[in-house]
Amino acid sequence: MAEYKRPETPQEYQRNFPPKKPLMNTSEAYYESARCLYCYDAPCMDACPTHIDIPLFIKQINTGNVKGAAATIYDSNWLGNACGKVCPTEQLCEGSCVYTEQDMKPLQIGRLQNFATEAVMQAKTNLFKPGPDNGRRVAIVGAGPAGIACACELRVLGYSVEIFEAKALPTGLTVYGTAPYKITNEEALRENEYLQQQLGYTVHYNHPIQNAAQFAELEKQFDAVFLGLGLGATAQLNIPGEELPGVVGAVEFVEELRMKQHAFQVPERVVVIGGGNTAVDAASESARMGAQSVHLVYRRTKADMGAYDFEYATALAAGVQGVFEASPLRIEGENKASGVTFSRPDGSEFHLPADLVIKGTGQAKQGALLAHLPNISTDAKGRVVVDAAHQTTRPGYFAAGDMVNGGAEVVNAAYEGKLAAQGIHQWIQNKNT
Amino acid sequence: MSNIDLSINFAGIKAPNPFWLASAPPTNTGYQIMKAFEAGWGGAVWKTLGVPVQNVSSRYGSINYRDTRMAGLNNIELITDRPLADNLREIEEVKKYFPNHAVIASLMVESKKEWFQIVKDVENAGADGIELNFGCPHGMCERGMGSAVGQEPEVLNTIVQWVMEAATVPVITKLTPNISDITDPALAAVRGGTSALSLINTIKSIVGIDLDTYAPYPVVDGKGTNGGYCGPAVKPIALHMLKELAGHPEIRNTPISGIGGIETWRDVVEFILLGATSVQVCTAVMHYGFGIVREMEAGLRQFMSDKGYSTIYDFAGKAVPNVVEWKNLNLHYKVVASINADKCIGCQLCHIACDDGAHQAIALPTNGSRVPEIIDENCVGCNLCSLVCPVEECITMERRDDGSQTESWAERTMAGKVPEHFNDPRGGGVGHFVPEPSAALQYKRKDRSGRK
Ligand SMILES: Cc1cc2nc3c(=O)[nH]c(=O)nc-3n(C[C@H](O)[C@H](O)[C@H](O)COP(=O)(O)OP(=O)(O)OC[C@H]3O[C@@H](n4cnc5c(N)ncnc54)[C@H](O)[C@@H]3O)c2cc1C
Ligand SMILES: Cc1cc2nc3c(=O)[nH]c(=O)nc-3n(C[C@H](O)[C@H](O)[C@H](O)COP(=O)(O)O)c2cc1C
Ligand code: SF4
Ligand code: SF4
Ligand code: SF4
Repeated sequence: MAEYKRPETPQEYQRNFPPKKPLMNTSEAYYESARCLYCYDAPCMDACPTHIDIPLFIKQINTGNVKGAAATIYDSNWLGNACGKVCPTEQLCEGSCVYTEQDMKPLQIGRLQNFATEAVMQAKTNLFKPGPDNGRRVAIVGAGPAGIACACELRVLGYSVEIFEAKALPTGLTVYGTAPYKITNEEALRENEYLQQQLGYTVHYNHPIQNAAQFAELEKQFDAVFLGLGLGATAQLNIPGEELPGVVGAVEFVEELRMKQHAFQVPERVVVIGGGNTAVDAASESARMGAQSVHLVYRRTKADMGAYDFEYATALAAGVQGVFEASPLRIEGENKASGVTFSRPDGSEFHLPADLVIKGTGQAKQGALLAHLPNISTDAKGRVVVDAAHQTTRPGYFAAGDMVNGGAEVVNAAYEGKLAAQGIHQWIQNKNT
Repeated sequence: MSNIDLSINFAGIKAPNPFWLASAPPTNTGYQIMKAFEAGWGGAVWKTLGVPVQNVSSRYGSINYRDTRMAGLNNIELITDRPLADNLREIEEVKKYFPNHAVIASLMVESKKEWFQIVKDVENAGADGIELNFGCPHGMCERGMGSAVGQEPEVLNTIVQWVMEAATVPVITKLTPNISDITDPALAAVRGGTSALSLINTIKSIVGIDLDTYAPYPVVDGKGTNGGYCGPAVKPIALHMLKELAGHPEIRNTPISGIGGIETWRDVVEFILLGATSVQVCTAVMHYGFGIVREMEAGLRQFMSDKGYSTIYDFAGKAVPNVVEWKNLNLHYKVVASINADKCIGCQLCHIACDDGAHQAIALPTNGSRVPEIIDENCVGCNLCSLVCPVEECITMERRDDGSQTESWAERTMAGKVPEHFNDPRGGGVGHFVPEPSAALQYKRKDRSGRK
């Protein structure tokens, strides 16, 4: 197969990951925005988890009020630029655009959203102002989409905000997880910079909060604590050979790829185990990194796959081969993985040679960390339980994003993070009256 | 289609087809006109010749409606600024190459002596006809010409008489729409002896304001002036004025050249149906070039072949009798909107247009779909929903009366059956459903930031 040559330079890396939703130029944005019907009670708006007033911002683009369009977007969604790029719009806003009812092309809402937000970022237009200081302080753990959205909203409401982030970079899985053809590292980081520069929240990088003493300290110094930790490392398969070198989790694989880019070496033969979006992404990306063969092996049927159809189609187009109804039995190899043996529903077995085995088995929940925080309840699936205000069962602790919804999209985390900020505001106000 | 003959004899001016270029930038030069004739145009009215002028730089402004460029065009250009001798020489040359095409000289001068001289000049150059420009609504009118003449029927009448005295070729009088009753100048022209009429020239306009300099478009060094408006946006005004002339007993025997917003074959057919027997085009050519005539000609031929016409005279003016006064419309005719649910895409524009902008006759669906529901009793048959619906043939207006009754306001008045007071049940609006005013209070404007 090898449709892609192994990238050796930043340019070749970029060529292998061309942007899925390239920036529109002014003419394209003008003509595309002219197509919007300005629907009443627009279904696209309902389908957007953050309920952006889509017909309004599109009309604003069409009338040359691009700044106003960006303001409309950010009014609903603090990660308006990232979302325009990484949202699975086929499933969300664009999938609900009325044009699709008669098999016509929907508005390219994501790209229009990019166009408007990109314009204000490039022009360094100030759109936001922190609210008057109310003397209250909130600690945010995790600078992912949930944490950043929560921070922005709190700043507008007049809180001072400090974010504690375990890693060296902000935006969580936006920069460490999403596929590079959706958003580049620079693009992901730029939006946070744009927001932070106007709203003035502090981020402490390389600063994990990981024990009871640290949480106690936060409680002492802050009026409330927000948790936006996301999910944990890739879950175990619990099969022999899993500990061999050459076996990695999909999330870890993508993170390394995103950080090393062209310097990241993907070997010749790759086997990815799983059928979710993360597994499909990892397979797609392996192919684009020049692997000779990439098998995506899922234990159930194609129809059962958790991944979106369009993501699977992208993977196939990159040269990935799908194998269905095959469960991994063991990973073989001496000092290093050399292949995987799978079983078929009829009991037969087959072997796929592999230099790299990627486990796309989903991310584990944050159970270990939460053990330091008694009284934070989780549900049967390990998701943190919150009320409508996003408060956990431990008073003063709020949570949002993947750790609450079990793993969704950037846009969901952005919305919930904002709701949590409003919940914090309500809670603090109620406490004082 | 072989039996179709598009040629015309317009008040004695012969042309291979009714597609003429209006007097404007596309007819500035012999080069352009010959190129146009090669492209298929049947005639051209030369860019107005007359007194010496000087033009400004920055001359046009336009209305861009959504993704449509130049839905309306506005200009502040004057008549030709090329030397008269050059124009005359080129007229002669064009006629040499195209003896059977119509070349009409548009003229605008002041004194009787000047009119006599210039009429002779263009006739000597070989012009097949003359058009009197009494329409230009900017610049020239400040000097007492153009629309300043078109707005003064007596002055217009005098000049037409001068020209008729001097001219041996047919004379077309071009009218300005910048007047409250177009029949006044038209009658003055007919009474002055004009061979034909043409209309409309451009409409006095300000096309927009530059939001940085606060000057109207087109901006000339920080200032602007009113311009003349033309292009697709002006067609309805032109059609109305055309009908005023074509339906007028004293004017209707004078041939009329229709102008204003013509771009497609449909426009051409509509102008002919309302009585024009040649059409003139400016903006569409300024937008798309001479090649735009291909679509016009193909469409006109198709229409004529579908309807079985062999010349344009077979259908010219056929719509005129159907344009009547309001009081003669049938009050029993009743249509009601109907939505084709299979075509509906659920934009709900029909609902909001009707609820906010018309008669509260389209309800939102209650069955979970997005297809709105027409409330038959409330629908007055205004057409609005069918006009806003973005899907072709999705909302249709269905006839509900059985056609057996016809009665107009005029007939009712004669019969003494018109409503006499506001509660008179013979009045149309009595008993029509309207919601209680307070029902509006349920619609609160949402704040999307969720902050309040
Ligand atoms: C491979 C992959 C591809 C994806 N592709 C898409 C996509 O295309 N489109 C899309 O919309 N979504 C995509 N997602 C999902 C999306 O990235 C997540 O839903 C979103 O990032 C969740 O945001 P969050 O803030 O809840 O968590 P995260 O993004 O996970 O952020 C959590 C942050 O908390 C930090 N943290 C964790 N523990 C600690 C601690 N103890 N102390 C301090 N900091 C801590 C982390 O370092 C991280 O920065 C993808 C996810 C993956 C895994
Ligand atoms: C730039 C410009 C210059 C014009 N100059 C003249 C002119 O010199 N003489 C004239 O009779 N009409 C002139 N007109 C008016 C056109 O001949 C025509 O009447 C008008 O534009 C309406 O037709 P349209 O909608 O096809 O453009 C001019 C129009 C434009 C746009
Ligand atoms: S945030 Fe995402 S889902 Fe919402 S409108 Fe933008 S691209 Fe669509
Ligand atoms: S559904 Fe489509 S056409 Fe309607 S408002 Fe949304 S983007 Fe515009
Ligand atoms: S305007 Fe047309 S497409 Fe839109 S909801 Fe009404 S009937 Fe359906």
